[in-house]
Amino acid sequence: MTRRCGIRPRAVLAVAVAAALTIGLCACGARNGSGGGSAAFNAGVGKVYNPSEAKGGTLRMANNGDWDSLDPADTYYAYTWNFARLYGRSLVMFAPAPGADGAKLVPDLATGLGVSSDDAKIWTYKLRGGVKFEDGTPVTSKDVKYAVERSLDKDTFPNGPTYFNDFLDLRGYTSPYHDPTPDKLGLTAIETPDDSTIVFHLLKSFSGFDYFAQLPATIPVPRAKDTGTKYKEHVVSTGPYKFATNELGKSFTLVRNDQWDPKTDPNRKALPDEIDMALNVNADDIDNRLISGDLDVDVVGAGVGPAAQGRILGDQAMKANADSALVARTWYTAINGDVAPLGDVHCRRAVEYATDKVGYQNAYGGPTGGDIATNLLPPVIPGAEKFNPYPAGGDNHGDLAKARDELRQCGQPSGFSTTISYRAERPKEKATAEALQQSLARVGINLTIKPFPTGDYAKLYAGKPDYAKNNGLGLMVYGWGADWPDGFGFLSQIVDSRVIRASGGNTNLGVKDPAVDELVDKAVTTADAAGREKIWVDVDKKVMDDAYILPGIWAKGLLYRPKDLTNVFVSDGFQMYDYLALGVKK
Amino acid sequence: MTAPMDVPGAAARAVPEAVFTRAIGARSLRQISWLRLKRDRVAMAGGAVILLLVVTAILAGILDRGFGVIPVGTFHQDLIDPDLQIPKAPFGGISPSHLLGIEPTNGRDLLARIFAGSWISLLIAFVATMLSVAIGTLLGVLAGYFGGWVDTLISRLMDVFLAFPLLVFALALAGVVPDRAFGLSGDLLRIALLIFIIGFFNWPYVGRIIRGQTLSLREREFIDAARSLGARQSHILFRELLPNLTAPILVYSTLLIPTNILFEAALSFLGVGVRPPTPTWGGMLSDATHYYQIDPEFMLVPGLAIFVTVLAFNLFGDGLRDALDPRAR
Repeated sequence: MTRRCGIRPRAVLAVAVAAALTIGLCACGARNGSGGGSAAFNAGVGKVYNPSEAKGGTLRMANNGDWDSLDPADTYYAYTWNFARLYGRSLVMFAPAPGADGAKLVPDLATGLGVSSDDAKIWTYKLRGGVKFEDGTPVTSKDVKYAVERSLDKDTFPNGPTYFNDFLDLRGYTSPYHDPTPDKLGLTAIETPDDSTIVFHLLKSFSGFDYFAQLPATIPVPRAKDTGTKYKEHVVSTGPYKFATNELGKSFTLVRNDQWDPKTDPNRKALPDEIDMALNVNADDIDNRLISGDLDVDVVGAGVGPAAQGRILGDQAMKANADSALVARTWYTAINGDVAPLGDVHCRRAVEYATDKVGYQNAYGGPTGGDIATNLLPPVIPGAEKFNPYPAGGDNHGDLAKARDELRQCGQPSGFSTTISYRAERPKEKATAEALQQSLARVGINLTIKPFPTGDYAKLYAGKPDYAKNNGLGLMVYGWGADWPDGFGFLSQIVDSRVIRASGGNTNLGVKDPAVDELVDKAVTTADAAGREKIWVDVDKKVMDDAYILPGIWAKGLLYRPKDLTNVFVSDGFQMYDYLALGVKK
Repeated sequence: MTAPMDVPGAAARAVPEAVFTRAIGARSLRQISWLRLKRDRVAMAGGAVILLLVVTAILAGILDRGFGVIPVGTFHQDLIDPDLQIPKAPFGGISPSHLLGIEPTNGRDLLARIFAGSWISLLIAFVATMLSVAIGTLLGVLAGYFGGWVDTLISRLMDVFLAFPLLVFALALAGVVPDRAFGLSGDLLRIALLIFIIGFFNWPYVGRIIRGQTLSLREREFIDAARSLGARQSHILFRELLPNLTAPILVYSTLLIPTNILFEAALSFLGVGVRPPTPTWGGMLSDATHYYQIDPEFMLVPGLAIFVTVLAFNLFGDGLRDALDPRAR
């Protein structure tokens, strides 16, 4: 339950949508036969492109920015979580498998998924034997406990998520660095009865705890080697690769970790011998090098930029080397019930019906940018259902007759005026506001467009209930990406009215319905995964019925697979290429 | 240095320097300047462009439409490539019905937006210039004529204004001004705000020049004459001094307008100008930065509009200065 101001880093990142890795496919027809599957658009979606078991070679990656931190306690991006699996093993992980299987959790350091008490407040994991740190020391449950303990210290590690802080029964525990016990394992919320067992005690029932157990924060850290904020300079590996060089902000190199035993690890193929990472590389340069084959992977995984997109989509041969990956992100517009006359559900529904969905989609780059969304939960989230409570007419340009009918029912037959806000630095949101202004004007709903600085959008403006109400922000252009593909990971921060704080910084921009809150509580405590998924769909349906959210598009990212990459597929868990599986042709 | 113009009163008679006796028949100074200006083809071309811009801007403002055919807000999404979100037609979607092409994504006609934007650019630049010149002239004349503590006070005030971090202040002010203020709202309020920011803080540049001119003029004989004849201060200031300052004021105004157009474009580019969907040249340039690699024509159009306008004003301003004061050449 992250409570960061504004958007989570991961959410910010996903602005560009999803996933850009690149893998290998040879552009030339002659080499295509090597692994099966010929080059085709979306050949890496739902299936493995160029499957291979061949080891060796160097995987070249680049990042247009820098890591928030390589320290597993201090990182909060989809791509860093995806990449961390190369040098660290958390209790459980997203399966490195194509399609929907990639959103399923499988045991990694643990021997199985968590076993919970009946009330889902106590979770127990057994560790595999034979797992060692890169220096040969065996990994014990105490190393995992220590790793989680240090991740609680948000003064030292401000970037990471706060799920453990929010859910563990901390009893005032803050940090191992202020821990008076000699072994620094004073946290009573985590027990380690023996070296291969770890037990978590939660403050409240939470049936999705396995999603917490996949966080990099459960990657074991040896206390003797922990240097606090400097640990990121040399993270001690438990995975198949360890750091050979690490120049912060410039580059780092991973080489094989000889202490990693494949017999303890059913998930990792570990194909390349070496992984090179260049940091702070110009984004357009990365795209060009991917296309020319000088680079294998854009590690951020957010898709190529608009210039490269134009080149790729305009050329059939290049398009055959690209994948369009659905992302667990919905771009939507919040409808603020605090602003008259939108307090009336019929006025909100009039907005839903009058919207030109095609215009909304165009604002985000057309079909390449995403699919038209008809409800809140992105379809890539397991169990999500597509439904369309407000059909926008046959051509998706809006159902004006229905909209006028709703306007009559809310007592505003000739329409009304309100303000639409958007984040000034985001041209797509500006285009959205302009498109909505046009399409709603057709039924007499007149919008005044108002931009706000992106950095303070949640803190001071749209996310501050008083400000939004007093300034009449009836519509607020927004978007949200899941921390992980699961109803809780996506919905909890945007529909639960109890997370709304008067002081601002909210990500729930106005969904206020006690019935929704009740359903959220029910979902969080339902042990059975299928049953839980159904309840999240009910949450989605209730929010849509209330018409507090006008869904725009389900985002997609255009990923390019360069020549020479093997074993390429989009993971539904991270919605970008799966970095554990990649290999290179030598 | 000022060439006196054919103004009534002592001024024209007091300074019989300008040479016009060779001309056949009597010509006023204004006629002479006009003749000189007419001979300057570059300046005349600049003037013609300005005239054209003003006419179209006025028409665009009245009709709220671009070329008289395509309303500025109309989307043409059918002309946009759905995959790339740029115009299907080459060169930014130039076609007989869209002479300068269309915007990416929403497909609004660029010519219509350029005209609608010209109205705002020119209005803000003109009015802001008038504001600067009015304040600058008044305070400059007072400082130059009275000298002493009045001069000290006004000169220090100019220093303060010149040291003001204008751009930063503009960004901050535009962010905190509410939707409704001073009885204005919406675009009108934003335009008024821009005029105030640009106009109110630029007057010291004019003020210094006018003060310098006044300092030299007040020692001239015709002022002494007026004073000894018992003219009131206001008569000397406005009937004797001011007419002789017309030339520098006029020239400086023509050169200040393009500067203000650029400043308005910069403010709009930074997003503190008029709010969307109302088009401004600076705002269009700002939008175009996101497309420059795949649709460079979109950036070219507002860029050229600003370039041509500023160049026209500069050329005309230079020509005007030469015409009014040939010795400054």
